[in-house]
Amino acid sequence: MSTRTVIVASASGLHARPAALFVAAAAAQPVLVTIRTESKKPVPAKSMLSVLSLGATCGTEVILEADGDGAEAALDALATLLATDLDATDPAAPAETAAGNG
Amino acid sequence: MADVLRGIGVSTGLAAGPVHRVTALPGLPQPTPVTDVDAEVAKALGALAEVGTDLTRRASSTHDSTAAEILAAQVMMIEDTVLHDDVAERIRTGIDAPHAIDAAFAVHRAAFQAAGGYLAERAADLDDLRDRAVAVCLGLAMPGIPDPGHPFILIAADLAPADTAGLDPERVLALVTEGGGPTSHTAILARALGLPAVVSCAGVLSVADGVVVKVDGTLGVVTAGIDNDEVEQVRQGETARRARLSTVTGPGRTADGHPMALLANVGSAGDSTDGAEGIGLFRTELLYLDRTEEPSLAEQIDAYAAVFDTMAGRKVVVRTLDAGADKPLPFLAAPDEPNPALGVRGLRIGRRRPDVLSAQLQAIAAAAQSRTAEVWVMAPMVATVAEAAAFVASCRQAGLQHAGVMVEIPAAALRARAILDVADFISIGTNDLSQYTFAADRQCGDLADLLDPWQPALLELVASCAEAGARSGKPVGVCGEAAADPGLAIVLTGLGVHSLSMSARSIPAVREALARHTLDDCRRIATEAVGAIDATAAQAAVHSRE
Repeated sequence: MSTRTVIVASASGLHARPAALFVAAAAAQPVLVTIRTESKKPVPAKSMLSVLSLGATCGTEVILEADGDGAEAALDALATLLATDLDATDPAAPAETAAGNG
Repeated sequence: MADVLRGIGVSTGLAAGPVHRVTALPGLPQPTPVTDVDAEVAKALGALAEVGTDLTRRASSTHDSTAAEILAAQVMMIEDTVLHDDVAERIRTGIDAPHAIDAAFAVHRAAFQAAGGYLAERAADLDDLRDRAVAVCLGLAMPGIPDPGHPFILIAADLAPADTAGLDPERVLALVTEGGGPTSHTAILARALGLPAVVSCAGVLSVADGVVVKVDGTLGVVTAGIDNDEVEQVRQGETARRARLSTVTGPGRTADGHPMALLANVGSAGDSTDGAEGIGLFRTELLYLDRTEEPSLAEQIDAYAAVFDTMAGRKVVVRTLDAGADKPLPFLAAPDEPNPALGVRGLRIGRRRPDVLSAQLQAIAAAAQSRTAEVWVMAPMVATVAEAAAFVASCRQAGLQHAGVMVEIPAAALRARAILDVADFISIGTNDLSQYTFAADRQCGDLADLLDPWQPALLELVASCAEAGARSGKPVGVCGEAAADPGLAIVLTGLGVHSLSMSARSIPAVREALARHTLDDCRRIATEAVGAIDATAAQAAVHSRE
């Protein structure tokens, strides 16, 4: 079992857009990744409802776990995502097209 | 037998037609024994999938990017396989599909509630998903706006933005809600669409679907059970009223020629300013709302310039960012406040992030340069003379000539004279001024009567602001929803207000009402309204003189 311990960096916590981005990334991994906070039982990282229900806010420590081939790479990718302030960056960049409408 | 129901009229006009209610949330039926587990599981999962498909369609058809983001998140929830497994597992223990769905959502609902803050507010999204899925399981229509196939009067407990996303103004004749207040979403939407509307109308939900009613959005009266002759009279009366509106044109003025500038409230260059003499409230937060980072200077300049270009040679009053309370902005990431309406919002954001305001003023000044629009700038949520003075100084530093403040806090209304010593103008935001004067939350339907803009205490605060304007020779405007009520427009004119700003759809009715009264009429009516014992009496005093 590989694990990563990460502090949630997104300003709004693991809610809203950051949660959507994280869940989508977890679903794309070749292995099942679980996420938990210290006090709660692990839940699938690709489950939107479970991830939201963790109630993780900015600064919450979360633990990612996975097994099998590709586990290390999957955990690295997801840990990086959690350690990024997803409210401050906009990988999908839909804002560029919306801006002109002001 | 005609039944008369009274509420608060929030959007002028008459309409008559059959009522249809927003499809009610299905109640959970008595549990039924499950005979075929696999079929029951298939039914439940099929219902969840159908809701997901419907929400995906709605997300792709809405033009509101915030709504689209919420709908997309809801799709991720309803498509969550953990939810599907939980529902299936519950059915295998003998629970029927609707109860299994309800129980599975309840687990997450409890977690959302326990987390508090933003997530607790999202509990309503879970309830919405559950209600939709349960409705499909029961073979009922999904909750929402009905489609009876003919024009109708929409009745509801209250309307949320999500309910009205698909509302077709060609099909809906009027809106009546049992809850809600004068500044509720229903009221604002009705005025924007030009539909008569009555809110806070007790008993309207006991009128059966299909019963023909008359709605008077001016007086706030709903008459149920009228006959065909009356329907015809109402339709003719409304047609005549609308025709009369179009006969009065030109700038706003009383019958004896006293000018009253009629301005438009806009959020972007795309909003209608038809018939307006200028823009009295340009809400700038729309540019920021769906953003996770502050819009760049260049983007801001483009957005402001686009609005200034629509008003060449005319006045545009720009309100600086009014974030916080009901309009949280992701990039400002305010910590949870126990009472956001009384927290760090409006100009107060500058206490934490002065850079946001100075960047915005810089962008407004840059956009105003080389354009002929007369650009005025005002700050929301000003409480003290010192705050007003500091804001005016920042504007001057940015090179902006016309700097004023909004009066939304009673403290500012009380100090209007001193504020006008340092500011170039004031603009009264009656929605928030009501909320803070009456200590009544704008979102709280139970307190709607306190938020009635006809409340004499509110009118008295407006009167003292207007008086301060007269003494200092500086302009005093009103830009809350009160400005859009033709009867109140007469009162505000009589009190000495110089401009009224509203959604452009409301301007013709206000212009027509002013043209029927002399300034002396307006003053007499205003005195009666301010002296009335309560809001109902104030309104009655005005309508009895019309």
